[in-house]
Amino acid sequence: MAATLDVNGKAVTVQADPATPLLWVLRDELGLTGTKFGCGVAQCGACTVHVDGQPIRSCVTPIEGLAGVKITTIEGLGGAHPLQQAWVKHDVPQCGYCQSGQIMSAAALIEQNKAPSDEQIDEAMSGNICRCGTYQRIRAAIKDAAGLAPTPAAVMGAPHADIDEAITAATSRGAGR
Amino acid sequence: MNGPLSKLIAQDGVSRRDVVVGATLVGGALLVGCSPAEIMSAGSKVEVGAFGPFIKIAADGAVTVISKHVEFGQGNHAGLAAIVAEELDADWTRVRVEQAPANAKLYANGGMGVQLTGGSSAISNSWDQLRKAGAATRAMFVQAAAAKWSVPAAEIAVKDSVLSHKSGKTAGFGELLADAAKITPPASPALKDPKTFTLIGTDRVRRKDSQAKSDGTARFTQDVRLPDMLTAMVAHPPRFGGKVKSFDAAEAKKVPGVVDVFEIPTGVAVVAQNTYAARMGRDALKLEWNEDKAEKRSSSTIASSFRDIAAGKGPTDLKWEGFDSKGDAAVIANAKGAQVFEATYEFPYLAHATMEPMNCVAAVDGNKVKLTFGSQGQTLDQMNAARIVGTLPGSVEIETLFAGGSFGRRATFQSDYAAECVHIAKKIGKGRPVKLVWTREDDQRAGYFRPLVVHAVKISLDKDGYPAAWRHRIVSQSIMKGSPMGGKGPDQTAIEGTAGSPYLKATPIVDAQLACPEVGVPVLWWRSVGATHTAFVMEHTIDQLARKAGKDPVEYRRALYAKAGADRHLAALNLAVEKAGPTAAAGWTRGVAVHESFGSVVAQIAEVKLVEGQPRVGRVVTAIDCGVAISPDQIAAQMEGGTCYGLSAALFGEITLTDGAVDQTNFDSYRVLRMNEAPTVETHIVPSGSAPSGVGEPGTPVIAPAVANAMLAATSKATARLPFTATV
Repeated sequence: MAATLDVNGKAVTVQADPATPLLWVLRDELGLTGTKFGCGVAQCGACTVHVDGQPIRSCVTPIEGLAGVKITTIEGLGGAHPLQQAWVKHDVPQCGYCQSGQIMSAAALIEQNKAPSDEQIDEAMSGNICRCGTYQRIRAAIKDAAGLAPTPAAVMGAPHADIDEAITAATSRGAGR
Repeated sequence: MNGPLSKLIAQDGVSRRDVVVGATLVGGALLVGCSPAEIMSAGSKVEVGAFGPFIKIAADGAVTVISKHVEFGQGNHAGLAAIVAEELDADWTRVRVEQAPANAKLYANGGMGVQLTGGSSAISNSWDQLRKAGAATRAMFVQAAAAKWSVPAAEIAVKDSVLSHKSGKTAGFGELLADAAKITPPASPALKDPKTFTLIGTDRVRRKDSQAKSDGTARFTQDVRLPDMLTAMVAHPPRFGGKVKSFDAAEAKKVPGVVDVFEIPTGVAVVAQNTYAARMGRDALKLEWNEDKAEKRSSSTIASSFRDIAAGKGPTDLKWEGFDSKGDAAVIANAKGAQVFEATYEFPYLAHATMEPMNCVAAVDGNKVKLTFGSQGQTLDQMNAARIVGTLPGSVEIETLFAGGSFGRRATFQSDYAAECVHIAKKIGKGRPVKLVWTREDDQRAGYFRPLVVHAVKISLDKDGYPAAWRHRIVSQSIMKGSPMGGKGPDQTAIEGTAGSPYLKATPIVDAQLACPEVGVPVLWWRSVGATHTAFVMEHTIDQLARKAGKDPVEYRRALYAKAGADRHLAALNLAVEKAGPTAAAGWTRGVAVHESFGSVVAQIAEVKLVEGQPRVGRVVTAIDCGVAISPDQIAAQMEGGTCYGLSAALFGEITLTDGAVDQTNFDSYRVLRMNEAPTVETHIVPSGSAPSGVGEPGTPVIAPAVANAMLAATSKATARLPFTATV
């Protein structure tokens, strides 16, 4: 069955069952393999793309109902998006498999919030798993891309209610990177 | 060292029949008198250029370093390239990295005799080899320039891929390429004095793959698209050791896009035009399993049997193997009273849970095999694929891609998922490529877990509060037993870290033994292997002993390191203590741990706060002695990542079995560390002039005991079982 989608600003027609998750249409039909398969149940975020600017998990989003919306994938960011530059500057990736999804979640975040707090970064990014544990650099790269000061060392991993206290402690200790 | 490889061949690697096949393939004489690596590589065609198997230089002077090791996050590609670039005096900005083909003769891991990335050895086993390769190539260019300019070679300088002479003559690698390529490489080129390194050890040594991994262009197995390629999924038995009894493919074959359904040794394969069709087809299968020989025990049953064994109540025919033992074991067996410490620790099965589930692309045409995937143990994968199709390992071609994490999972003696893919591609035949895709659930249920392990210790203290006698029992499934690489004596992967511990060295009487019961659950190395449990037991025990002795845990360690002559432990500990500063932030409690693994010593001081009984980890100060630090930034990255990996397991990691079936099938039930739970890791490197040692794994095992020790300090309660969620 034919469906027409708007992917990265181009209208594309694909032959696929309407129940097919967008992920598999992007990867198998359109060859846009930057968007990754990680869990298939919206638990890991590796498949994150934007639908009208909102981050969604393409592994659980059937293509039916996506007519007329704008779909953006990692390929649609162009390679030199401020976040992608920051990712390279901080050498964020290790294995790299989750990073497309991480960047898409981060791109939606800073599009909507030019100066996210640590708590807001946590909220936006905790749906994206990185098994290599690049979280510290992801946070640094997001802040860098958004033109924000680095996070004091003791803040990450701190319970949210303690963040103010942790910032005070870290600042007074002069810690940070 | 070819020991393990010889064993591979002797036991089940290249059988006599394979050699005969090989003889007809490549000419009989070729195999006679060859080294094992040559036999493994027979039939393989690799073109080696003028500068050897590790270096290619293009007409424009750009340098390509060929990596024999797979890159799945460790940053080894950057480090390996930097070793070459340093000795070659190449322009680092114009150095790229290419993945080597599979060929044990050219690309064996120097410590293993087979081409395999593991044991945090990529840099250490390549150090001399790549320094020499870079230096030899540099010498060839220098000699070419000397001849061309008619000046003494000693007067030529090389910097950033440009040769120069005081007369003002200069030439780039590109200009001298043809001349240099004609020169015979020196057998023993002069290596630099490490004090003169200009690239190694600087922050210029950064990853070469960050752009490709940030714009979606990095190519993983999952991304392979080949003409006419099919995609397969396999229905596996729900319990380890199960087999197909019967299946009905009628409904599966009705799914649009499904091409074929057939049985293979590991289950029922559904082959389709695309991934979604393969998935829908598999879901439509009707299956019956024969579980007569399946492992049907629950993990709780296995754990309690291990506890019995550790307590001396196991089967009498179970073999105990000693290590590090000395003195009169009866002293500790009979010890009683207030100066005796006893504890039992339990560690669950753990899944590696790489972000990219296991997958492989294979094409089989007669006895020709091409594999395209993130191969970690190319020689093993060649041998297993060759055995399936009846050819020589060397005629199995492997294009190694980036892998989306491994943490040990992709190096199995059986090449489990790659072999499965070869079976399917063999049935499809005609050289048609087949991509095998495992779902997260397939991956999670497939086993090859970190073994379930129980430790029991009994320690008596001397009058000063230090260990006088130490009894240690470890009960674990063996990873190595029965494998081609299993040696004599106790399985080192089960005892490393307890074996060799400076605390045992500092103790006059030691009675340490390992028992390895048989369980039908496939087990495997998991980032830092034995240290995943031994570091916890040794380091958490030491804090409890220090407490019992009324001593500060840092001072207690210092005294034991002095007794054991463990200078590197002491230096790493001292650096971490110094960098951490005098006190934790208000409300946070510190815990310390130090452990040596893969030749490197890591000390960590973790700041922990208990929130509703659960540890939250904030700042983690890390000190590492890993010999010469090639890329300080990537060493830091591995400490950050290794810490997260270890903390994830310590906080949440646990695979349980109910009647033999794995309970945790995806990230909803197998919880892993997320951004809001991640600590901030500060990394400090102990200055060293020694050859490089491991970095990828040593950052993993230290965080769990550091956190447990912080919790002990905060609550006076010890941790007897991981993950913390299971005990608190």
